[in-house]
Amino acid sequence: MREAWRNNAGWRPAWREPSLKAYYDVVIIGGGGHGLATAYYLAKNHGVTNVAVIEKGWIGGGNTGRNTTVVRSDYLFPESAALYDLALRLYESASEDLNFNIMLSQRGYMTLIHNHHQLESARHKVNWMACNGVEGEIIDRDEVGRMVPLLNMSESARNPVLGAFLQRRGGTIRHDAVAWGYARAASDLGVDIVQNCEVLGLEKTNNRITSIVTSKGSVSCGTVGMAVAGHSSVIAQMAGFRLPVTSHCLQAMVSEPVRAIHHHMVLSPATGVYINQTQKGELVMGSVLDLYTSYGQRGTFCTIEKTITSVVEMFPVFAQLRLMRHWAGIVDVVPDSSPILGPTPVENLHINCGWGTGGFKAIPAGGTILAHSLATGIPHPLGQKFGLDRFRSNRLVDEGAASGIAH
Amino acid sequence: MIVLRCPYCSELRTEEELTYGGEAGIERPPETASDEQWTDYLFMRTNPKGLSREQWCCTAGCGQWFKVARHTVTHEVVEILRYDEAFNTTMVGA
Repeated sequence: MREAWRNNAGWRPAWREPSLKAYYDVVIIGGGGHGLATAYYLAKNHGVTNVAVIEKGWIGGGNTGRNTTVVRSDYLFPESAALYDLALRLYESASEDLNFNIMLSQRGYMTLIHNHHQLESARHKVNWMACNGVEGEIIDRDEVGRMVPLLNMSESARNPVLGAFLQRRGGTIRHDAVAWGYARAASDLGVDIVQNCEVLGLEKTNNRITSIVTSKGSVSCGTVGMAVAGHSSVIAQMAGFRLPVTSHCLQAMVSEPVRAIHHHMVLSPATGVYINQTQKGELVMGSVLDLYTSYGQRGTFCTIEKTITSVVEMFPVFAQLRLMRHWAGIVDVVPDSSPILGPTPVENLHINCGWGTGGFKAIPAGGTILAHSLATGIPHPLGQKFGLDRFRSNRLVDEGAASGIAH
Repeated sequence: MIVLRCPYCSELRTEEELTYGGEAGIERPPETASDEQWTDYLFMRTNPKGLSREQWCCTAGCGQWFKVARHTVTHEVVEILRYDEAFNTTMVGA
């Protein structure tokens, strides 16, 4: 407010822009939400402040700024529920904790039910969630009609609506604010955030990473955390191991801004389309993943067409809108659609990856867990079932259904 | 959009008409494989950023599986081969 009277001349950068030092106790590769949150919780929860976050691009330029801003915690298994609900609870207090308004808007997350099979599985999910202590409910057709008045409720619609699964605590967040909030808070606690700093190689001695070669010079380190989502296989290859990860392009798009006409977050399992309206008025839409591997951060017209035709099928009135922007991010898909957290085959390298299409909603939890791993050397209790070793021991946590879209 | 000419039926197909089948050349290990080898075979992938050797199926056409060398950033297609032909290109990280 004060700056409005001063021609906005007094704003200062939200975080410092230090140059890379020669040594850090912890180096975190990847300055997305997960990497920044890791740095923040390392400093706040564990008192480790000689930390660098190195980022190839710029803060908020990767998947943290490329998602559809949705948060929810409607996962099936107890270990997933604990993880994702921790994330949502931390988001609920994040504005206060970070002293940065992340604009959390718990407007309700709705998955439509189009047939009796989906109704059965929604009931199954709600029961599981109740057992896990996470709220969720099923609402009937009339209630869906009241909450989402523009939705095509016709009996003859291609995908008729019988009702919906609803998580009232689900909603949206201003995604850039999450990156900026964690970056500023971590920087204030002494963390160095170095942008435009790409990792070119890792130097190892006795199965430990001793230094990291970057585009801004080499840096030695005690331990290393990696939180690089779609590029996890690339860093893992430098470290000398492979991951059960494939990288795919996930696209989203927004319409021109209009007045508030669509209050809730709505997902249709029949088309894979999800749609919500931002506080600026744009309709944010996304749908399926490109099923072939890709590192190209750009979309394709066939996916735009698929998404838009499904949106118009669900909301005929949106056909009047024009698309304003369209973009893509590279997500790290794992066979069981659950994250990989904790130790790696390299002794002092800890990992946070595999969130696939749902990384944004999990940022506070991913950061908490990776910070714990890096500070103590042992996995966080909530992360134990999500170790890389689960593929060897065949204890997969299959959240394919809860991830919301087909993988 | 990815557009490939099937080496069997010679038709030009878009990604909508094709099925992606993951990395090519992953061989099932022998019965005597260790748990680590088996895990590696089932789950671990090279997932290269750069040239990728992969398999595609002409699903909406002749139904044959074939092999493609494609760049995963630019999507440039370098080679399209019948299933029994050998790649001339090397995959990144392999």
